Amino acid sequence: MTLFKTTVGRRTFMKSSVMAGGGMMLGFSWLASCKSSTEELLKMPDEWFKINGYLKIGNNGVTTIMSPNPEIGQNVKTSMPMIVAEELDIDWKNVIVEQAPLDVSIFKRQIAGGSQAIRQSWEPLRMAGATARQMLKEAAAKAWNVPTSEITTEAGVLHHKTSGKSAGYGEMASEAATIPVPKEVKLKEIKDFKIIGTSRKNVDAKKIVTGQPLFGLDYYKEGMLIAMIVHPPAFGLQLKSYDDIEVKSMPGIKDVFKINVYNDDFEKGGLDTITFNDLVVIVGNTTWEVMNAKKKIKTEWEPIKTSKEKKSMWGNTQEIVTPAGMESSERQSEMMRSFATTSKNTVRKDGDPESTFMKAATILERSYTAPYLAHNTLEPMNFFAHVTDEKAALVGPIQTPEVMEKSVSARLGMPLEKIDIQMTRMGGGFGRRLYGHFLIEAAVISQKLKSPVKLIYTREDDMTCGIYRPAYYAMYRAALDENKKLIAFHVKCGGMQDSPLSANRFPAGSVDNYLAEEFILPSNVSTGAFRAPGSNFIAGAEQSFIDELAESMGKDPIDFRLEMLERAKTNPVGKDNDYDADRYAGVLKMVKEKSEWGKDTPGVHRGIAAYFCHNSYVAQVLDIEMKDKKPVIKKVTAAVDCGIVVNPLAATNLCEGGIIDGIGHSMYSAITIKDGVPEQSNFNSYHLIRMNEAPESIDVHFVENQINPTGLGEPLNPPVVGALANALYKATGKRYYNQPFAEEQKIIG
Amino acid sequence: MAAYTLKINGQTHNLDIDPTTPMLWVLRDHIRLTGTKYGCGIALCGACTVHLDGEATRSCILPISAVGDKDITTIEGLSADAGHPVQQAWLEHDVPQCGYCQAGQIMTAAAFLKDNPNPDDKDIDSALSGNLCRCGTYTRIKAAIKTAAKNM
Repeated sequence: MTLFKTTVGRRTFMKSSVMAGGGMMLGFSWLASCKSSTEELLKMPDEWFKINGYLKIGNNGVTTIMSPNPEIGQNVKTSMPMIVAEELDIDWKNVIVEQAPLDVSIFKRQIAGGSQAIRQSWEPLRMAGATARQMLKEAAAKAWNVPTSEITTEAGVLHHKTSGKSAGYGEMASEAATIPVPKEVKLKEIKDFKIIGTSRKNVDAKKIVTGQPLFGLDYYKEGMLIAMIVHPPAFGLQLKSYDDIEVKSMPGIKDVFKINVYNDDFEKGGLDTITFNDLVVIVGNTTWEVMNAKKKIKTEWEPIKTSKEKKSMWGNTQEIVTPAGMESSERQSEMMRSFATTSKNTVRKDGDPESTFMKAATILERSYTAPYLAHNTLEPMNFFAHVTDEKAALVGPIQTPEVMEKSVSARLGMPLEKIDIQMTRMGGGFGRRLYGHFLIEAAVISQKLKSPVKLIYTREDDMTCGIYRPAYYAMYRAALDENKKLIAFHVKCGGMQDSPLSANRFPAGSVDNYLAEEFILPSNVSTGAFRAPGSNFIAGAEQSFIDELAESMGKDPIDFRLEMLERAKTNPVGKDNDYDADRYAGVLKMVKEKSEWGKDTPGVHRGIAAYFCHNSYVAQVLDIEMKDKKPVIKKVTAAVDCGIVVNPLAATNLCEGGIIDGIGHSMYSAITIKDGVPEQSNFNSYHLIRMNEAPESIDVHFVENQINPTGLGEPLNPPVVGALANALYKATGKRYYNQPFAEEQKIIG
Repeated sequence: MAAYTLKINGQTHNLDIDPTTPMLWVLRDHIRLTGTKYGCGIALCGACTVHLDGEATRSCILPISAVGDKDITTIEGLSADAGHPVQQAWLEHDVPQCGYCQAGQIMTAAAFLKDNPNPDDKDIDSALSGNLCRCGTYTRIKAAIKTAAKNM
């Protein structure tokens, strides 16, 4: 065994006092009802002993483990406690899981985003379990008057072999809670894992299938009012005035007023993105009454002026320009195309790409586009707030509680200690709930009303208020010599308010002459992170281009990629290549074998793609059959290298979801803007993938290794866009360059 | 405002309420049964699905005035303790990701399987394609419905 310095923060343990009387110490009884469903099957202990910030043990051995991060559907509420339970060495059936409160002094990075929860908390979670186990061992050693080194544990029981003594964790928990935190601790060898790597069901599954209140929208507090916002109908407009005379006398309506979400002097951070700062708010007793009032309110809007603001983007202060004007998707596309021919902002250059292109025998050049997308979490934006002079109690679905805590504190003019954010289960996030303006809106409304209130966005509010996946453009060029050898590679890409480029990723490192350029265009259509930001577009573009390139060289698309990766491994070009060519090649080889690539089945058309993002490697083969001249996706085979897989059942589910997400959006979905107005506002105009359009089967394979776990929430959806485009080409004989593909070739199935 | 007597999950509720109020908001705001979800308000996502005399019905566009004396069953009343074969199959296949749409999926599936105990893939597709799952659990939902069909 290896000794590890304990990295769990000191404060974690300063809080480890003995807690008698079974006190749960939860501020909200409603939230206490959100504990995992296993609990009902267990006999609750008479006393709880808090060992550290992550766990408490009952006198009967039942153990509560806190899940620190927001649960968004990625299943961290099961997998994070599994890691603690592993090192604690306890039987999983005796574990109760609770959503932890926001407390950055105890927990690390309480954020759902970037596929980083398991990766970044891997060590703290193990440490929390291992230190507790060590303290239990020391308690037993003390009680039995034997050396700690002679104590062993097994599934929640302490043993001393020589004397034959044994005791459950519950019997030693009281004493353990008083033991000083060990300075060093032994972590288990990976080969000894009993819980990590085994399939465990979602701890909330029973509550979900029986409709128990779990989500922000379900949160209720006595006396709570309902609030809704009215925002401008178009980007480029702002509130001029409103007339609430008729509305104020409508049944159930309590108040109508205007709020500003952020104050003008607030220096925003990267997650303080907002579309409309001035909103009309309607408050009433019930949702339906407020919805009716929303339809009746009279508002006047006026054009915005071009504005500039400073935004602190992860350490760098940037000046963001928001241009005036009523924009349109068509015009934006033209701008991106023309900008791509004129702009020059080189991010990476290896060799001499310019002159190599000049002397090329053939040049392949293709361009790719993708539209804005709305996140469309099925649970629309909402938040509960009860702000009094003493406290701001905020409850709801938020991916970034530790970030928004600071923003809301500044906005309310209340110190951080008075801000209490409780995380509910989220009805999806996909990046949309990184931007917590709705939390601030709820807080401001409650502060003004002096009443508990729940802010609810209608689907239309949610879909038309921006923070979209950026609209993107990419141009790829490849130079071949007279022997059809690849001699230079060029990518130039950009988008509305964002560039999708990751210049040091493959194929950088595999081509002697490489050029990567990017551009960003300003817009008043707000954009933000959308599951696998940037990658969700550029992977599909790149992998389609490489497919076409391999074809033009007369090579098998998998063999061609493997050749390039072999070059990147044995003799890498340039520096800072941020991928491991071996692991990249590993997933390609695995998917080749698992999909039986190369075996021709009549009527089956196959596409391949691979991508690396969020520290994980994925390769996919997608099979299409044509039925009545429409493509039907029969199967997707995926090979995934995300290091150690904590919970294979949940991981597979998440991979399947990522694949369906990637297929759905690239095939069907778009937000288009006309004269500032989003042309889609609900599921009658916005096409989200449905069951009959999903793949008939998905086959996920994980590379088995002992590398610390990496991301899984995002890496699956980027490559499948390429696999789909490449399979569609095989099936229809046409290449697909512009998303959504179904619209490009009128093949909506 | 008008007076209504509703039978929800076997219990009688008396309400004095705006007749246009959709059942979804009656359930969520007035009865405080929040298992039935709001997703779109125009009957296109299926998250609000309940049973009206056993028929799968989108509660977000069903005004309370149209319910009459029909029995309403919500996800909370589908079974005692998740005992319905569809719920059991959902647990067996560990279907949910975020879980928000699943009550609607389960209610649609439960009503569908009553009329069609031996569905093929195409039947399942046409019955369930009105229910959106943003997380993409469709393949699992389909597998769970097949398991439930065997156990019903």
